[in-house]
Amino acid sequence: MGALRRSETGAPTPFYRPMATTQARVIASMEPALRQRRLSERVFFRLLRHRLALVGMILTALIVFTAIFADVIAPYDPLEIRLKDRLQPPSSLHLMGTDHLGRDVFSRVVYGSRISLQVGVVSVALGTIVGLFVGMAAGYLGKSVDTVLMSIMDAIYAFPAILLALALVAAFGQGLVTVMTAIAIVRIPIFARTVRSSILAEKEKEYVEAARCIGQREWLILFRHILPNIMAPIIVVTTTYFAAAIVVEASLSFLGLGVPPPQASWGVMLYDGRKYMEQAPYVVIYPGLAISLAVLGFNLLGDGLRDVLDPRLRNVT
Amino acid sequence: MLRYFIRRALALVPVFFLMTVIVFLLIRMIPGDPVDVMYGAEGLDPARRAALERSLGLDQPLVVQYIKWLGRALTGDLGRSYRAQMPVLDLILQRLPATLYLSLAALLFSVVLAIPLGILSAVKRNSWADLGAIGFAILGISLPQFWSGIMLVLLFAIVLGWLPSIGYVPPQENFGRFLRHIILPAVTLGWSLAGTTTRLTRSSLLEELGKDYVRTARGMGLPEHKVLWEHALRNALIPTVTMIGLQLAFLIGGAVIVETVFAWPGIGLLIVDSIFARDYPVVQGVIMAVAVMVVLVNLLVDFIYTLLDPRIRLE
Repeated sequence: MGALRRSETGAPTPFYRPMATTQARVIASMEPALRQRRLSERVFFRLLRHRLALVGMILTALIVFTAIFADVIAPYDPLEIRLKDRLQPPSSLHLMGTDHLGRDVFSRVVYGSRISLQVGVVSVALGTIVGLFVGMAAGYLGKSVDTVLMSIMDAIYAFPAILLALALVAAFGQGLVTVMTAIAIVRIPIFARTVRSSILAEKEKEYVEAARCIGQREWLILFRHILPNIMAPIIVVTTTYFAAAIVVEASLSFLGLGVPPPQASWGVMLYDGRKYMEQAPYVVIYPGLAISLAVLGFNLLGDGLRDVLDPRLRNVT
Repeated sequence: MLRYFIRRALALVPVFFLMTVIVFLLIRMIPGDPVDVMYGAEGLDPARRAALERSLGLDQPLVVQYIKWLGRALTGDLGRSYRAQMPVLDLILQRLPATLYLSLAALLFSVVLAIPLGILSAVKRNSWADLGAIGFAILGISLPQFWSGIMLVLLFAIVLGWLPSIGYVPPQENFGRFLRHIILPAVTLGWSLAGTTTRLTRSSLLEELGKDYVRTARGMGLPEHKVLWEHALRNALIPTVTMIGLQLAFLIGGAVIVETVFAWPGIGLLIVDSIFARDYPVVQGVIMAVAVMVVLVNLLVDFIYTLLDPRIRLE
């Protein structure tokens, strides 16, 4: 049996629909794929018409493209030290100049996109998966499970994200893996809360009751029927927190507690470059610009997705 | 009303308890023995180590250690700084004014700028003013604070030479110099907050302006400025005011970064320095103190919100 979702066109599914019949089962099993495709196509075209979202899509695509083809785009090895070329201003040889160790800033900015994307993908995936399970358990099982899990989430959420991430890095030591885990942990409560509130709204609907009436198991109802219907807020939160993950990583690296040097992280470049910004401002301008464009891209895309997928969330900032 | 407030406050007890567990375990998870961290790993004979462990209570089960730590923390004893050789609470209280000045200045900057911008943006929807306000808001949200801070230093301190780049002067020492020093960090910290506030003011005012009561007021021939200032804006600002209150966590989190950029000696810089110095009682104490402040302010905001909007109590 496929997802017994409410009609995407807005027409409510009649509660008397004879879903237990073979015909209904076949139709229902076909619907998700067809509707999913139509929905994703619709979302894509609506995003194209949303001016700011289009800018977000272009910026995001640019960052992803740069990260994938960094080897081809970067003219120099980002880690190669050439002391005789240190702090060179931008020129045709070095588009964004060189840093205090003579490393090409442009090549380091290009490779930096890889670290930012890697941190974003891993931490957001980890945070989403854990947050999804916590939110689903709390929302669907309710009662004491809900109380206990949400109290833990509230306790984690009470700590300012950067402060908790700093404490986690202090506890587990500096490194890319720690940074990604720390970012995921501080984001779990947000995902869990989003999922929980969406499930609370969905689980009272008729299609869930209908699935229960035809004898579907509870976990199947949760994963097969409810989950596809709460994807919109999850996608929006995921995109927005991708941007937040990039900022937290760069912030930790900027404080000297994130990705360890000499890796070409944008935050590390700012941490290194700050001491030389009076004589060579370009060593801090370009990495910061890269972070800002990446964050701007994901924020605009997230806003666009929110407008397109779930206009009710428009006031949530 | 009072019963609602007490119920909300009591609901926070388990959250507080879990927060203390998290902070306690976080510091216990640090690799290596606390004795090694405090006194160095080498040159400590086993008898002396055992004596130190006993004196610090480290020979007792973790639960006992936690209960004792919690008992001390509840009476305001957050331990002693290894580095400064003084009680952590005193250290926090010493650094707190600088962070509070910075946070309040940032809040002031953001409110003074963001609310009028949000109103202008909503009233002149789809105009150049609206586009400018949206641009300001999006930049505020997207520019990382450490970078916007560095750029402001480059422009106003290094290129133009108008303001000092780093440092702090207490207001009681020289108020004029205090103001000159606080401008750049406050603008850096406040801009991000102003971005969120502008957007929220704009969207909630647009929502209110589309409601039936506004149409009725206009239909009755009420002048547009009265519709806006006396009716729509009052309702539109409720979510904005709440959001501003809830941004305390954001301000203190942001203060960690901004204080580092501007060498501003608040609790943000204190925690970063303490992590580098492996001064864990301070790290633990600051995190706990900040989290408690955030939760209490959130409770207060919640309370104010229910006073402003009685519908909340009925839900």
